[in-house]
Order: sequence, then C-alpha cells, then structure tokens
Amino acid sequence: MPPLTRWLIRTALIYLVLALIAGVLLAARLLWSLPLPTAGLDTVYLHLFMVGWVTQLIFGVAYWMFPTYSREAPRRNPLLGRIVYGLLNAGLVLRAIAELGRTAQGDVWSWLLVLSAVLLWFAAAGFVVNTWGRIRGR
Amino acid sequence: MPPLSRWAIRAALIYFLVGLTLGMLMLINKGVPIDPTLWRLLSAHTEFLLMGWVAQLALAVAHWIVPRFRGGDYGRLRVAWLSVGLLNAGVLLVGGGTAFGAPDWVTLTGRLLEGGAAIAFAIYIWPRIRPLGSG
Repeated sequence: MPPLTRWLIRTALIYLVLALIAGVLLAARLLWSLPLPTAGLDTVYLHLFMVGWVTQLIFGVAYWMFPTYSREAPRRNPLLGRIVYGLLNAGLVLRAIAELGRTAQGDVWSWLLVLSAVLLWFAAAGFVVNTWGRIRGR
Repeated sequence: MPPLSRWAIRAALIYFLVGLTLGMLMLINKGVPIDPTLWRLLSAHTEFLLMGWVAQLALAVAHWIVPRFRGGDYGRLRVAWLSVGLLNAGVLLVGGGTAFGAPDWVTLTGRLLEGGAAIAFAIYIWPRIRPLGSG
C-alpha cells in the first residue's frame, strides 16, 4: 500500500468519526438546546461522510489498486496525487468551518465557502486526470 | 481490468466531475448569490454523485475483482452490460429530468430503470459470490 493511500485512508477514517459525531450532535439537538452552531450542521454531516469518508476512501483504494499507468510511472503522477489530497482536505475543512460560521450571504465565511467549492472542484479534476489513464486492461 | 469495468469506471468519473461541478456552482451561489434557480440542480448533484459515481464505481469494481468461474469466465456478461446500461439511462433521466424541470414521469421512469439495473446486477453477480477457486 503506497504512502499516499495510507494517508488517504487514515484521513478518511478520521472524517468517518467526525461525521458520526456530527450525526450525534444533530440527533442530540432534537432533545436539548445545545450551545453549538447547529445551522448548517446537517450539510456538514453529509459532506464529512460522503466527501471525507466515502470519496477519500475511494481515492485511496483507486490510487493503490487500479492498473499501473506505465513501468516508469505506475501511479501516473504522485505529485498530483498529493496535491489532490491537499486540495480535497483543505476544501472540505474550509467548507465545514465556513458552513458553521456563516451567518449571512456575502460575509467573510461566504467567501470561504466559494473558495472551498473551487478547491474541491480542482481536487476532483486532479483525481480524474490522474486516474483516467490507469483505467486499462492490465 | 475487463472492458465492462473500464467503461463503467470512466462513466463514473464523468458523473463525479459533472456532479462536483453542479455542487460547486450551488456552493458558490450559496456564498455569493448568482441565480436562485441554481438550487434546482440539487437533485441532479445528488443523483450523479450517489448513483452515477459511487454506485456505478462499486458495480464496476465488483465485476472486476469478485471471483470468476473456472477459466476466467465472468458468467452472464450480457446481464452485466444490461445492468450498466439501465443504470446510466436511469441516472441521466433522473438527474437530467430534475435539472431541466421535466415531468415527474421522467423521474419515475429513471428510478424504475435504476431499480432494474440493481436487480440485473444482483442476478449477474450472485453466483460469483463464493470462495476463491471453488469452480
């Protein structure tokens, strides 16, 4: 298992735990009034789970197990792989913080949401570019 | 990696990028309002990412790695292709239909096709779910 895959899977596991904690908070707020920024928490819960856990786990396993690109570059571009890892996690953490901190459209948190959207899109595009050439027979 | 898996994974990657692009547009619109009708893309965003990306990738990888029959035989390949065809038709109808405001029967048809895809894939893969080297 290459180092980047280990990082992706470990990080994915952390997001799984965080997502489930967010799920607990969502359920708890139905019973008690919590001193927490619960607006946007449902969106954060969903995206921590689907992007942080599911998508990141897919990235890690695909990087590891998909057919090699070539003898010289079996995983195509390892640098791009690391950049994708950075963009994905920076975008997701920023998204979660901005969703919870945001109070009105156009405030600083809203601009951070915009930035997170761009970071996540480039992470996805980088993954597709790095993976496409490895979808082959051997 | 067999041809069916290659086609389905490529399709899944396209849905991933399209679904993420729709999500990016909605997220930007959430932060800085551009056009309120962009929220109409939410169902397509969800459909493309859950069914087009995650579900399709899972089917494609299962077809690739689940134990094959003696001699490397995959089993009823036509059923597997039918499943992938139904899934993609369904995702396009549901995602495209909701994004472009198509009548509800379009979404219903899409969901039925997706259900058919699930049944076809289960019928196809079921006999291959067994210990390695068992015939």
